[in-house]
Amino acid sequence: MSGNVATAGALAPRRRRRSSIKNERRWALCGSYIALVVFAIGFLIPPYFELVTSLKTSQEIGSGKSPWFVHHLYLGNFIEIIRNPQFQTFFLNTVKVTVFVVIVTLVIAILAAYSLARMRFFGSTAFATGVFLTYLVPESLLFIPLFKVLSFLHLINSTWCLALIWPTLSVPFCTWIMIGYFSSIPKELDEAAMIDGASHLQMLWKIFIPVAMPGIIAATIFAFTVCWGDFLYPLAYLFTAKQMVLTSGIVSNLIHGDVLDWGHIMAANILASLPPVLIYAFLMDYYIAGLTAGATKG
Amino acid sequence: MADGTTTVSAPALRGFAPPARRSSLRRFAQRRSTVAVLMCLPLICLIAGLVVYPFFYSIWLSLLNRAMTRFIALFNYRYLLRSDTFQLVIFQSCFFAITAVFFKALIGFILAHVMHNISGKDQKLWRGVLLVPWVIPPALSTLGWWWMISGDYSAINWLLEQVGMHPVAWLASTWWARIWVVAVNVWYGTPFFMIMYLATLKSVPDQLYEAAAIDGATWLQKIRYISLPMLRNIISITVLFSLIVTFANFDIVENLTAGAPANTTHVFATYAFQLGIQSGNIPLGAAVSLFIFPILAIFSIFILRGVGRRAQEGI
Repeated sequence: MSGNVATAGALAPRRRRRSSIKNERRWALCGSYIALVVFAIGFLIPPYFELVTSLKTSQEIGSGKSPWFVHHLYLGNFIEIIRNPQFQTFFLNTVKVTVFVVIVTLVIAILAAYSLARMRFFGSTAFATGVFLTYLVPESLLFIPLFKVLSFLHLINSTWCLALIWPTLSVPFCTWIMIGYFSSIPKELDEAAMIDGASHLQMLWKIFIPVAMPGIIAATIFAFTVCWGDFLYPLAYLFTAKQMVLTSGIVSNLIHGDVLDWGHIMAANILASLPPVLIYAFLMDYYIAGLTAGATKG
Repeated sequence: MADGTTTVSAPALRGFAPPARRSSLRRFAQRRSTVAVLMCLPLICLIAGLVVYPFFYSIWLSLLNRAMTRFIALFNYRYLLRSDTFQLVIFQSCFFAITAVFFKALIGFILAHVMHNISGKDQKLWRGVLLVPWVIPPALSTLGWWWMISGDYSAINWLLEQVGMHPVAWLASTWWARIWVVAVNVWYGTPFFMIMYLATLKSVPDQLYEAAAIDGATWLQKIRYISLPMLRNIISITVLFSLIVTFANFDIVENLTAGAPANTTHVFATYAFQLGIQSGNIPLGAAVSLFIFPILAIFSIFILRGVGRRAQEGI
């Protein structure tokens, strides 16, 4: 009898503690969601505001009504900016050079990564470290000497100068990601291929590239976004509207031209940011896997 | 044919047991390393021609006079260090980088924990939402910010008026402009810290937190004694990394203030752009941008150490 009471007494606090842990967890969850909602609202205010502005006529933007809501939905800004020949040129230039650079980047990075991950040569480890260090070099350190280099090559004010320079931004990190992915492929696989008499290029093409596809997708996304969003190089090296890309074109040409108002600029802004946003929306997992695998920048 | 005979005969002369096999192995090794170098060649050319060479060229340029006709040694640096504007630039670069990175790391750390609390499927959705600022090209999103805060009739001022306060000329006053530049950078960079910390948090065993909870640890103690030690390495890598990138930031500062008011928000990159490209004084601009290098050099050594350790630990 007394023994029973004693055990019950001993049980009670334990149960209470367990329920308090449960309670604590529930509160933590609640608090987490509240914090997430607050941060999400804070993070999304600027894009939301851009969208709201882009859906208004210039009269409504100029009027004293609340800038935070759309009173009369107006799609004219988007239609006019899509028809704007300057904007079309910017978009086309960006697509052209970005696609070119992405392809060049992948070729250079995959070849180098295969060589650095699987075949050793004199100084290859040091060189791999050097590649990573190159990735850390910010563009603002080199844009002035590169200006002289490009004017020596007669490439100033030509969109294609970016095709030469953008790989310096994209290749080092892509190589770094690919070295990681290639190193994780088991050696038995290439030994088997080598016994069957495969050459290095065959091995790369038939084994490494298919197996490391997630890494290649991550590298592609990285190269694409870096080029698409780059601002300093195009701003420094391109002067005429015909040669400009989206970032520098919107900032230096659409704003200073007097025909366009903020509704148009924000519409252009949204259209220009859309491709990277869409890519992330669909391929985010690949990208994050690649990113967290290779310690990166932001 | 001739090739084959010499390679076979040379080791045979020295009297090695399996002559043909050894020589072909050696040749294979030779061929292998040549192929390896050839495959690296495009990357080597790229780095040598467009990173290493411009860097040394930049040092040379910074030692020339404005017309680039005469060697004037360190005169550009002396001139810069004595000018009041450049002293402001040094101060603002440090202030900007340190405050921005501190808040990015802090908010990223909090958000990573908050995200870690919620379950898998929701987590993916929220991660997507919170990643938006980092996905939009910063040069473009900063334009949206500029439109939101600049001028007397800006959207932020409209909100202030609704609560009965006076509008503020945000970007015309030095300290407000400095704060906004930092704020926009924090807004842009925080998601990066969040995903890096979240990925590392996932590798921390849950049992640690459960054990701590049973021992009655408060959330502060859990962070102090579990999260911080477990995340120490990734925190140092991301912070050092972000210090380099933020120190060299161009897009956000250029589009939000372009150095105004009165050069008080210039950082190294925007000031170098103004001097070197806009005013055409290439040597002086090169000298300004070279001030980024010491920070890059020091921090990258530490990053390399951290990355090496991270690879060893397999986190």
